[in-house]
Amino acid sequence: MTETSPVAHPSDRIVAQGLTKSYGAVRAVRGLDLELQRGSTVALLGPNGAGKTTTIDMVIGLTKPDAGSVSLFGHSPTAAVKAGMIGAMTQTGQLIEYLSVRELVSMMAAIYPAPLDVDEALRISGADDFADRQTRKLSGGETQRVRFAIALVADAELLVLDEPTVALDVEGRRDFWSAMRAFAARGKTVIFATHYLDEADAYADRIVLMSHGRIVADGAPTEIKATVGGRIIRATLPDVELSDLSAMRGVTAVDRKGDAITLNCSDSDATLRDLFASFPLIRDIEVRGAGLEEAFLELTVDDEATP
Amino acid sequence: MIELTYLRYEVLRTWRNRRFLLFSLIFPLVLFLTVAGAHRHAVVEHVSFPLYYMTGMIAWGSMVAVISSGARIAAERSVGWTRQLRITPLPTWSYFAAKVFCGYMMALLSMAVLFGAGSFMGVRLAATQWFVMIGLLLVGLIPFAVMGIMFGHLLKLDSLGPAIGGVTALFSLLGGAYGPLITGGFLFGVVKVLPSYWLVQAGKTALDGGGWPLEAWIVVAVWSVICSALAVRIYQRDTKRI
Repeated sequence: MTETSPVAHPSDRIVAQGLTKSYGAVRAVRGLDLELQRGSTVALLGPNGAGKTTTIDMVIGLTKPDAGSVSLFGHSPTAAVKAGMIGAMTQTGQLIEYLSVRELVSMMAAIYPAPLDVDEALRISGADDFADRQTRKLSGGETQRVRFAIALVADAELLVLDEPTVALDVEGRRDFWSAMRAFAARGKTVIFATHYLDEADAYADRIVLMSHGRIVADGAPTEIKATVGGRIIRATLPDVELSDLSAMRGVTAVDRKGDAITLNCSDSDATLRDLFASFPLIRDIEVRGAGLEEAFLELTVDDEATP
Repeated sequence: MIELTYLRYEVLRTWRNRRFLLFSLIFPLVLFLTVAGAHRHAVVEHVSFPLYYMTGMIAWGSMVAVISSGARIAAERSVGWTRQLRITPLPTWSYFAAKVFCGYMMALLSMAVLFGAGSFMGVRLAATQWFVMIGLLLVGLIPFAVMGIMFGHLLKLDSLGPAIGGVTALFSLLGGAYGPLITGGFLFGVVKVLPSYWLVQAGKTALDGGGWPLEAWIVVAVWSVICSALAVRIYQRDTKRI
């Protein structure tokens, strides 16, 4: 499901081909192909161990792939890093001591060819409130903001964020993503990894769903949901056999709690017709689009069996 | 060329690290003032004891300064900072060069403080003697600066303090920084291939107005080359896995 415009040029794209990486017996990434357009915001979504971090590390040149290649706007990862084209926030990492937040961000700004104004980076990341505090006196959430400011201050073509909101509370997460959006709005390309489904749904224009080192779905959030049918029917229906329900058209999964039933459907229209025909007493019917959570479970659970 | 703003913040960080100041500046100074002060009018090997002891303390203090500066890389590795730097345009050699620069800055500061304390104790040297002494010390510190970077990649954070303390103490002791420990026999031959021996001798030979013998240059060069080769290997091993 790769979108390739007829005039696509290497300098407008990030291309990963056949990326493969194993750590001992663990096959972290197994032949991953991906093509991203400049200016897009892409979420790498998947459970822990799906290979998101390994993929990101190969894209930014921190890890050498066993096989395959990465081209960032026509450059190798190493060349792109040297040219200051990447701003990144890796999954783990603390800050160095004996500097204030502003001093640290200034220090990092100095090594990029065309950095963002330091105060601007501090403001966007929300680190301006504690810019004069020493780095060792920060909370986990504050540290994340400073790390974000460091990634932003590069003013790089590509911003890479690996599970950036892990240490943040709900409000912090919202602030973080609106800051990321503001940055992306300047025509920058953003790749972020997350296992928070709502984040991928709300903030990416494309979701690449990963499981066991492979891409299992790729598309706009709405497409991901459509791929798995994506409707859930809830209703009140006493005294019904679950097997009768699962035998109906369009039903992929059934569940019951007391009199309340929940049906996951690939074709909810057909299911509803069958429900009314078979169970005239059914009431409290509620139909909604399945969230990414359901899509996520459906796509990744199937893959569990593959070694 | 190291980016100057980057270097300025590295210098600031070094200066604000009180523990670092304590070990490379205060300890040698206190030891000098106590020991040399107690034997202020004594004469050893034809020179006044304060002058003799000052050269030893300078060797020790400056050695601690350059080794610990590189070894601080271990702390930055342990918090994932070196990994962060690898995704910036900062070349690895610039990162190391900044550490070496800060180490030398502290070494020079340590020398200045001890020279000051020395003249307070009546040490008087000619300008050429100062000049030769400082020049030889700066060259003699090269293997230790490289050793620091090597330790920075070899050691875990919690073993850093004891390891650096032990290594510098051993080098200083055998090299004669606290006084001549071994002066003859087979062991003296061993001592003479240590870079710390020549670091201590940098002060002593400068007093005679001469420089190092050829032997000293060879020892310092060989140690520098071996430590550099080891540091490169260890660095490559360290970055491969991550």
